[in-house]
Amino acid sequence: MKFMHVLAVAVLALSLAACQKPKQTKPEEQGPATTTETGGATTSGLGGESAGAGAAGTLTAQQQALADLKQKSTIYFAYDSSEIRPEYVDVVAAHASYLVKYPAARVRLEGHTDERGSREYNIGLGERRAQAVRRALMLQGVAEAQLTTVSYGEERPAVEGGDEAAYTQNRRVEVVYAQ
Amino acid sequence: MQAGTGRSRSLGATFAALALGLLAMAGPGHAQLRLDITQGVQDAVPIAVVPFGGQEEGAATDAAKVIADDLRLSGRFAPLERQDMVARPTSGAEVRFQDWRLLKSDFIVVGRVEPDGAGSAVTFELFNVQTGQSLLAQRLPVGSRGLRAASHRIADMIFERLTGIPGAFSTRIAYVTVEGRPPSQRYRLVIADADGFGPRTVTESAEPIMSPAWSPDGENLAYVSFESKLSAIYLQRLATGERRRVSARSGINGAPAFSPDGRKLAITLSRDGNLDIYTLDLATQTLTRVTSDEAIDTEPEWSKDGRSLYFTSDRAGSAQVYRVALDAAREAQRVTFANGYNARPRLSPDGDQLALVTLDRGGYRIAVLDLKTRNLRVLTNAQQDESPSFAPNGATIIYATRDRARGALAMVSSDGRFQQRLSSDKGDVREPVWSPFPSR
Repeated sequence: MKFMHVLAVAVLALSLAACQKPKQTKPEEQGPATTTETGGATTSGLGGESAGAGAAGTLTAQQQALADLKQKSTIYFAYDSSEIRPEYVDVVAAHASYLVKYPAARVRLEGHTDERGSREYNIGLGERRAQAVRRALMLQGVAEAQLTTVSYGEERPAVEGGDEAAYTQNRRVEVVYAQ
Repeated sequence: MQAGTGRSRSLGATFAALALGLLAMAGPGHAQLRLDITQGVQDAVPIAVVPFGGQEEGAATDAAKVIADDLRLSGRFAPLERQDMVARPTSGAEVRFQDWRLLKSDFIVVGRVEPDGAGSAVTFELFNVQTGQSLLAQRLPVGSRGLRAASHRIADMIFERLTGIPGAFSTRIAYVTVEGRPPSQRYRLVIADADGFGPRTVTESAEPIMSPAWSPDGENLAYVSFESKLSAIYLQRLATGERRRVSARSGINGAPAFSPDGRKLAITLSRDGNLDIYTLDLATQTLTRVTSDEAIDTEPEWSKDGRSLYFTSDRAGSAQVYRVALDAAREAQRVTFANGYNARPRLSPDGDQLALVTLDRGGYRIAVLDLKTRNLRVLTNAQQDESPSFAPNGATIIYATRDRARGALAMVSSDGRFQQRLSSDKGDVREPVWSPFPSR
């Protein structure tokens, strides 16, 4: 059963990665676009990571689930690729289950690249990665309003260094829950 | 060179080890830049810039030193060391040309700083040592910007008289510095004189700052800041510090570039992860879509006539440079074909060449594409060179490189013969952009 579930998710993710981005015809969105993010901060229902803990220091089921998710909140990518690799399909699915179960929860998907190549082009690559994760989450039932994406390109490396070991750590999407 | 060519000297070796140590008077928190010439020119023209009269030894601004350093940093001149000067003439009448012929200087500059009403003025003269002919003689009042600015102006005039190319020593550079280690880093947008002197912070943030761009009048900078946790494009007036946010649309707001008339910005925006190029009229806020490909389209750069844009796109699978006309719904034309990666085009002031980042034999390097012949010439040889920007006289390209695992700035002459590095004493330095000529 579990295997079938993973397989289904994998197929979904792969088909998503391959699918064409739809053309948008909606009018220009003017002005700052932080509403999703600030909305998330006030309506996530978490009340901060620790504020909602019981008097005895016990965690609610939601807090425990979130704490577990934070152990696997980074999805790594191959060089010049925005395809979600099979080993991260489970990770994406776990975040999707949580977000579906707690529709007030909000996440910010932060796309990153390694330092090679030009900076603004890397902003594009990071965005592609963040969008790949976003589409995978939405395909598993997560509402669009729960998700915000941002690309930092090569501007916020996880680790310093100019070798393949550092590059591997830096090509990533971080799933960040609104506090 | 109008004169002095044909002379071949082994100055390259001397230059290679020479650290000029042009340290800026930086306030706290400023990364200081130090210039090192990493590749000298064999036939740099020898010139003597004699210490100016009317200046105390160790004066705050040594006019002759500023001029000599400028000329040296152009890569085209080899100023005589002071300890080798046999005399210290401060006017043409005092120059014994036979002495300077023996020192093998082709040219000599003499001058003095004199009181001028409430302020001061600099008088200088440039001579051909072989013929004794006066090539240039001027008197400049030292304005509100001080003796250093006047000295750069003199270097500009000498450079133009001897090369036929306007000097760019009175210009500035903008760049981004980053201090601290991930995840807590401090980003600053800094402007300094073209020789790295006098850095001052334009804006700073704990979130990334990137992609600075000068307005054509040199009075404003556009840049991208993530200070709101999302990317947005800001426009800041340098004289007052006043700034406004010109684009904070959903998704990416990046890669601003001013149109030649300064009225519009070409920018990159995203729709569902798809980056496309738009133009934004700064007065009317009118946004016009330029590309609608499903690939990454970014890093726009205006053509000289303002009627088309060069940009980076991976629509053919890998990053390449394209050109698209703005006045008609025309398909973009691919511009680069050599090498599997060409990005971040920047136009030369005459509009004939593009400086760009190319993947050359495993390294990301700065190259120049001749738009007429389509010949691509690689100018640098490191692994991680990026962000090229032409000096407004077209003679030099400033770019970002790595120096001992840190971001540093470097310059290369557009013919690739002369290279120098501007190292920082702390943190990363990146994304240099050269200002336009100052309005006089």
